[in-house]
Amino acid sequence: MDYFAQQLINGLVLGSIYGLIAIGYTMVYGIVGMINFAHGDIFMIGGFIALITFLVLVSFGLTAIPVILLIVLLVSMAITALYGWTVERIAYRPLRHSFRLAPMLSAIGMSFVLINYSQVAQGARVKPIPPLITGGYTLHEGSGGFVVQLSNIQIVVVITTVVLLAIFTWLVARTRLGRDMRACEQDQTMAALLGVDVDRTISMTFVIGAALAAVAGMMYLLYYGLVDFFMGFVAGIKAFTAAVLGGIGSLPGAMLGGLAIGLIETMWSAYFSVEYKDVAAFSILIVVLIFMPTGLLGRPEVEKV
Amino acid sequence: MTGVSGSPSEPKPAAGAPGFGAVLKTGATSAFVALILFSLMIGIRTEAGPTGQLIYWTRFGDLASLVAAVFVGSIAVELVRQWWGPAGGRVVPASVQNGLSIAGRFVAPALLVFTLLVPVIFYDQRYILDLGILVLTYVMLGWGLNVVVGLAGLLDLGYVAFYAVGAYSYALLATNFGLSFWICLPLAGILASLWGVLLGFPVLRLRGDYLAIVTLAFGEIIRLVIINWQSLTGGPNGISGIPRPSLFGIPLTPGDDGLAAMLGIEFSPTHRIVFLFYLILALALLTNWVTIRLRRLPIGRAWEALREDEVACRALGINTTTTKLTAFATGAMFGGFAGAFFATRQGFISPESFTFQESALVLAIVVLGGMGSQLGVALAALAMIGGFELFRGLEQYRMLVFGLAMVLLMIWRPRGLIGHRAPTVYLKHAQAISSDLVKEGHG
Repeated sequence: MDYFAQQLINGLVLGSIYGLIAIGYTMVYGIVGMINFAHGDIFMIGGFIALITFLVLVSFGLTAIPVILLIVLLVSMAITALYGWTVERIAYRPLRHSFRLAPMLSAIGMSFVLINYSQVAQGARVKPIPPLITGGYTLHEGSGGFVVQLSNIQIVVVITTVVLLAIFTWLVARTRLGRDMRACEQDQTMAALLGVDVDRTISMTFVIGAALAAVAGMMYLLYYGLVDFFMGFVAGIKAFTAAVLGGIGSLPGAMLGGLAIGLIETMWSAYFSVEYKDVAAFSILIVVLIFMPTGLLGRPEVEKV
Repeated sequence: MTGVSGSPSEPKPAAGAPGFGAVLKTGATSAFVALILFSLMIGIRTEAGPTGQLIYWTRFGDLASLVAAVFVGSIAVELVRQWWGPAGGRVVPASVQNGLSIAGRFVAPALLVFTLLVPVIFYDQRYILDLGILVLTYVMLGWGLNVVVGLAGLLDLGYVAFYAVGAYSYALLATNFGLSFWICLPLAGILASLWGVLLGFPVLRLRGDYLAIVTLAFGEIIRLVIINWQSLTGGPNGISGIPRPSLFGIPLTPGDDGLAAMLGIEFSPTHRIVFLFYLILALALLTNWVTIRLRRLPIGRAWEALREDEVACRALGINTTTTKLTAFATGAMFGGFAGAFFATRQGFISPESFTFQESALVLAIVVLGGMGSQLGVALAALAMIGGFELFRGLEQYRMLVFGLAMVLLMIWRPRGLIGHRAPTVYLKHAQAISSDLVKEGHG
């Protein structure tokens, strides 16, 4: 039972990270109707920028951890958001009216560009950092000596996710931008006729998605203490699985799916085999798409001729 | 999602092209964006120091030159765009297209004759022969995938899985049971097509992007299973000592029972290379021939109909289930053949050869070739693999250039170099179908 509780905590933390990435997938799919294949690599870039910012700040003699974290968060969100914007501008916007597979293929190309770019720019080796947030709480000491722990970093990850989700939900539900986004999601032509700047709204969607991915990248860096240039690929597919599981296009669904995937992956590793955890995640994607194509909270897609 | 025709924020630049000041402004904006993008990623290089701690050093020189390059580059692109007109606005005139298609009729036989003569002309140039074998392998893979993507219109991002199944089938059957290449080759094809059907069943209801992601996941699953099922596949270490192929039982060895001894000529290791060259050429031509024949059969027509409009297909009574499954199975079978050939040529296989990049490369070949054009795919494979060889010195930038090329290709020539997506049969007279009339997924 203690073991299960511990895995539950770990799974929820991992799931929060997946959920943050999944929001980017689901938003873009909702509005543009394409899978932003490069989104996982945007997450990776976010991790790298957080790492570099952190190193620079430390070398400047900054020691206050909360200040460092805040600056790292803002810088990596800002620059990664610009990456998201640039990717959309270069690779997707010119293809807005092209045939359906074109954005997908362009996205694959962009994914390769980003992976190789960070490999060339920062080297192929894994970049470790020392743990920044240490300590934690012992929740329960089991009879067999097994201790259920909740570390501070896990608390930080979950709280950051919750706060960001709250801000993000407010953004979509209450602001002008959010209204524009929802309008574009329903009908781009109509939205354009009513004076919504569709191009700008789509750009902002990518920017917000990338900023959330950057947060996920930073949380990943803090939680696992390392980044490498290839981490975006698998994380991206898992986050996409999360988005599909939650019902693509649905924002709460993305978070729910993220948590589910995080839990499934952790439980699978804990009770079955660590080697096959990615296989498990990918199999879930296939199974969900077969039996539940609309996901947990998604709307059924109407087949248009 | 419904298509949008002309959003209001994009004015047509044709009327009153902006002056040089505007171009300069665009350049400056791009340079500024590039400065922010590259500031940390290029300007600062991190690496694990001698004590394991991360250290960093600055590269502001590189950063400055890159930003300058972006500035100049974006101005150049902007000028070219003004001179050339909006991207995609220019259509190749019909006369040029006709001329190209007439020339195209001679390109294929000429290319075939040249390919047949390659081992004769370059007999003592091992490098060219090896490169030729590599190109032909990708031609075959491209033609195989073309059945799925180009004809049936099913975007398959996990094609490498079937390549892997074929390679591992041959390697395992040959090393464990001592079966010869010629027995294993059909077995590898059958096994691969079984996997194709296995993949096909669950994804029958999916289309477009979903299908792509699921096939990608499938490819990754196969690779991960190969890596982790160590007792069967040797895991990351792969399988070595895979037997070389024989000429219908006659080994190509220097021994007394070898081909050289039987023919009474002096043995040379080049014999095997030449043999492999003709073997893959034969396999590729088989793929091509079968595809061309299938296109004229009802099933081939059904594939193309499926590509054009799935709903209409169903309305006409075409069984989309069998149509899709046969497309997957046929494509997978050729992938399996190519895999078996790959295993016997290398003598060693490991999961590293079957990554997603490989799938993307084959897909890029098919897309570059124009999705459906057999000649286009062959030329694209030649251009792609040849291009990789040309830039061998820049190995580390390979995927960067490849990715950029894929993006640019989609922007400028989404229909591939030889844009050929017209159905094989017409109702009354030949009429090119443009992208405005036909959009996948929209009907």
